[in-house]
Amino acid sequence: MVFVWIIIILVVLAVLYAVGLRNGLVRNRNRVENAWAQIDVQLKRRADLIPNLLETVKGYAAHERETLDAVVNARNAAVSANTPAAASAADAQMTGALGRLFALSEAYPDLKANQNFLALQEELTATEDKVGYARQAYNDSVTTYNTKIQQFPGSIFASRMGFVAREYFHVDEAAKAAPKIQF
Amino acid sequence: MYEQIASNKRRSVALIAGFVLLLGLVGVAINQLIGYGAVGVVIAFAIAAALAVGSYWKSDAIALAVSRARPADPQQYRRLYNLVEGLCIASGLPQPKIYIIEDPAPNAFATGRNPQHAAVAVTSGLLEKLNRVELEGVLAHELSHIKNYDVLVSTLAVTMVGAMAMLADITIRMMWWNGGRTRRDGDQQDRNNPLAFVGFAILLIAPVVAKLLQFAVSRRRESLADVSAVHMTRYPPGLISALEKLRDDSTVTHSASRATAHLWIEAPVPRQVEEGKLSWLNRLFDTHPPLEERIAALREL
Repeated sequence: MVFVWIIIILVVLAVLYAVGLRNGLVRNRNRVENAWAQIDVQLKRRADLIPNLLETVKGYAAHERETLDAVVNARNAAVSANTPAAASAADAQMTGALGRLFALSEAYPDLKANQNFLALQEELTATEDKVGYARQAYNDSVTTYNTKIQQFPGSIFASRMGFVAREYFHVDEAAKAAPKIQF
Repeated sequence: MYEQIASNKRRSVALIAGFVLLLGLVGVAINQLIGYGAVGVVIAFAIAAALAVGSYWKSDAIALAVSRARPADPQQYRRLYNLVEGLCIASGLPQPKIYIIEDPAPNAFATGRNPQHAAVAVTSGLLEKLNRVELEGVLAHELSHIKNYDVLVSTLAVTMVGAMAMLADITIRMMWWNGGRTRRDGDQQDRNNPLAFVGFAILLIAPVVAKLLQFAVSRRRESLADVSAVHMTRYPPGLISALEKLRDDSTVTHSASRATAHLWIEAPVPRQVEEGKLSWLNRLFDTHPPLEERIAALREL
């Protein structure tokens, strides 16, 4: 009689454990989704800051058409990218164009002294940092999720419950090259 | 980096276990001496905990008021707010309240009972003297304190110390005024009982050992915060450079006191660099590991 009770208790414990495991995996997967979406929030914020920046710069350096156009094109590419590869390429383009624009401002002391310009420069630098941190947070959440799927108790159930490993955020080889700045 | 974090956490747990062991030892000693051991320990712990919980609950308001901190204006301190926001994205923490302290010495602290009720304060000297990546490193260190619930850990340590000090004090007084009578039978034999002497010795030493344990916990959590900060920024040179600047700067922070010393990133009390045989003994009473040691540890990452 006691034997039957022990079996029942063990089965109940096993079920509770499996439920807890599944819930943990669901929680981690949602964190991964959240982190991915947050990257887009920061990218959009950066795209929104660009028009203000362009207006301020045009007030002082309207004849620098090439550099300004590069920024406009980069912004359009970033906004209209739908595949991850296109987004990555557009991001590299944007970083290069912005780098050239800020380097350009060195030649215009009035522009450099403009409070608006300084504030925008600070905001853009901060937003670039935040994009980087958002990607870092995404990769961290993917690490936690993949580890939980691959470690022992989870690995038995994970694929049967439909949890697959997620990909890390990679940077293209081309994008790793620092933008060339010519004076 | 992950091994360092894990090792720091293990040592913190070991230190807290050491506290509990010490408390148990004191309880046994009291039992030997006056027979009220178990009850005494529980009551002393309860009183110390009640006192500590009050200060823990309101820790952010208390620490900020003592340091004369004022809230930082988001428009005026744009860079500071941007850096904290970026770090909160990296770590998943909610945004803490940010305060400024008018003090030429570069220093910073973090407080609050949990991440949802946290506050970070920096001195005006810190904002002037550090550049962007260094400031980010220091802020990451402070946010790591919040993330690791260090205020809770310190409160735990302080509660233990308080309980032990109370127990030792009361027991010794009871022994003194009782003329050696205890609640147990057979107390007449205890005049010559060697265990009673050992118990007495434990009572005398325990509060001091507890205090030393508390300082050890504080140092361990500081190291953990350093490594966690680098885990947040993935950029050791930022914090290393900031610590080097702090080391070379000799301005003394006036807004701090011994009571709040453990909260700051750099020990605000001027440290005398001592040579001689007993300097290691003085180092046991430090709330922070020496800056040289912290810089060396970070360089190894």
